[in-house]
Amino acid sequence: MLTTQELKQHSVNIRKNIIKMVTSAQSGHPGGSLSSADMITYLYFNVMDINQDNVKGIDRDRFVLSKGHASPLLYAVLSEKGFIDEEELMTFRKINSNLQGHPNMLSVDGVDMSTGSLGQGISAAVGMAMANKLDQNDHRIYALLGDGESQEGQVWEAAMAAAHYKLDNLCVILDYNGLQIDGSIHDVMDPSPLDEKFKAFGWHVIEIDGHNYEEIGKAFAQAKTIKGQPTLIFAHTIKGKGVSFMENQSAWHGVAPNAEQCALALKELDGE
Amino acid sequence: MSKIATREAYGKALMKLAQQRDDIVVLDADLSGSTKSGSVKKVKPEVFFNMGIAEGNMMSVAAGLAASGKTVFASSFAMFASGRAFEQIRNSIGYPSLNVKICATHAGLSVGEDGASHQCIEDMALMRVIPGMKVFQPADAIECEQLIETIADIKGPCYVRMSRLATEQVHDESYQYEYGKADVIQEGKDVLIIASGLEVLEAVKASELLKEEGIIPTILNIHTIKPLDEKTIIEMAQKHSIILTAEEHSVIGGLGSAVADCLCRNYPAKLTMIGVQDTFGESGKPAELFDKYEIDARHIAKKVREAYYGNNQTR
Repeated sequence: MLTTQELKQHSVNIRKNIIKMVTSAQSGHPGGSLSSADMITYLYFNVMDINQDNVKGIDRDRFVLSKGHASPLLYAVLSEKGFIDEEELMTFRKINSNLQGHPNMLSVDGVDMSTGSLGQGISAAVGMAMANKLDQNDHRIYALLGDGESQEGQVWEAAMAAAHYKLDNLCVILDYNGLQIDGSIHDVMDPSPLDEKFKAFGWHVIEIDGHNYEEIGKAFAQAKTIKGQPTLIFAHTIKGKGVSFMENQSAWHGVAPNAEQCALALKELDGE
Repeated sequence: MSKIATREAYGKALMKLAQQRDDIVVLDADLSGSTKSGSVKKVKPEVFFNMGIAEGNMMSVAAGLAASGKTVFASSFAMFASGRAFEQIRNSIGYPSLNVKICATHAGLSVGEDGASHQCIEDMALMRVIPGMKVFQPADAIECEQLIETIADIKGPCYVRMSRLATEQVHDESYQYEYGKADVIQEGKDVLIIASGLEVLEAVKASELLKEEGIIPTILNIHTIKPLDEKTIIEMAQKHSIILTAEEHSVIGGLGSAVADCLCRNYPAKLTMIGVQDTFGESGKPAELFDKYEIDARHIAKKVREAYYGNNQTR
């Protein structure tokens, strides 16, 4: 288990790479990548049994980035784990790159499902959890869901199915940052109360601060002990977290920083 | 010979596959009694999952199962499988090229009384256009059973179009289905009818109606719409002066379009397309609908005559 200090260092590197990738591509989604960064860093370093030897296969815990537009986060995490060369990160969203705008499972080892069209990843994660149950395979399935994404009806079809088939090997993390492209989720199409909705669908819900490693760790540990129902980690987060001028700004959902803004962001992340 | 629907053969093939193999998983969206996917429950209930009336979720769940090494058969009516869940099939199954066999029944007008909302005449068009998707339509139960067993061994996404209606068999028990190869039902002269699904039987019946006039058409059964056996189609087109396609599907985007596309690029020839024109169906008995929408044997024979005598007059 990595210490909070070690996790923080990894998350700083991951956040810096998110900024560099999106700047290099002059395209991509920094806001929702930064909001989920602490939880996914914790997941890959302290929870999932993924390593250099098993990354190419599926005999391990798996992760589905249902909010596929947070691809910079996934690629940066896979790079921080040593599965993708850091130099390759700068090919993100460019022609002939393995690092497609939204994740392509055929081109990157460690991408467990192709996603990007919202609502579909959580269903695929349900299918993976069903397969593991069928095979009596104890590995767990994780998925990251956006709060705006929960406006997709398919999310609720998946939620119903996961509870119906008692998928206690499935843990979905809800990145509740409160913003989507067009503004506040409450103004665009209010999906709240999402915790109550998931509970009503038969899920075990754990509410946390999605930037607090202690709470994140406890939530993942508790999820493993829940039997007979899937778990939702309802994580309060800040969109753009770590880069002050991006924080809580829906405008940074899918906009790339210019060189000056990039330098400013990297400096801030370095703690200078 | 007794009448049997292709969906019955699907159920039979599934039972066999589930018993033989450990990787088979079957999904349905509350229509397992109608699609016959539910037959697998009799022999291996643990591999059957009812996903409820939620086709979009079912297709993405199928993708997740396939990404876990399963060979997944996902069934619903053609309308909801290909239409409702199109984008899930495209992005969750097609794009990652996952091993999901979408086996859709109740395609076309032969659904009958349920009417236009349930008569899918667009599914071949929708599925053909997805990169890498293979598209099949068996002509009868004998062919269907073999086809299902064959595609279980083909890696990647497949779509199979089946019917509700029980019909006479085009093939006899000795028939050997061959993947990728168009099936020559009969060889004739001058007239070539390229048909698929239930229209193969209609073409055979049309041939009976034309016999007295001395017109013996060649009938080609296209059980695989994609990838299309272009070689056979081109060779056959070269040997015949009159070419017709017949399908229980819109003439836009289906078999006729696929054949036209092939011939245009290789051997430009005039094509008469029999199928549902740019219109929706309606409630009625299958035979009444085939008559009204001009895709039954009588109308095929009529179109053949028009082309045949028209051609001969101008000669």
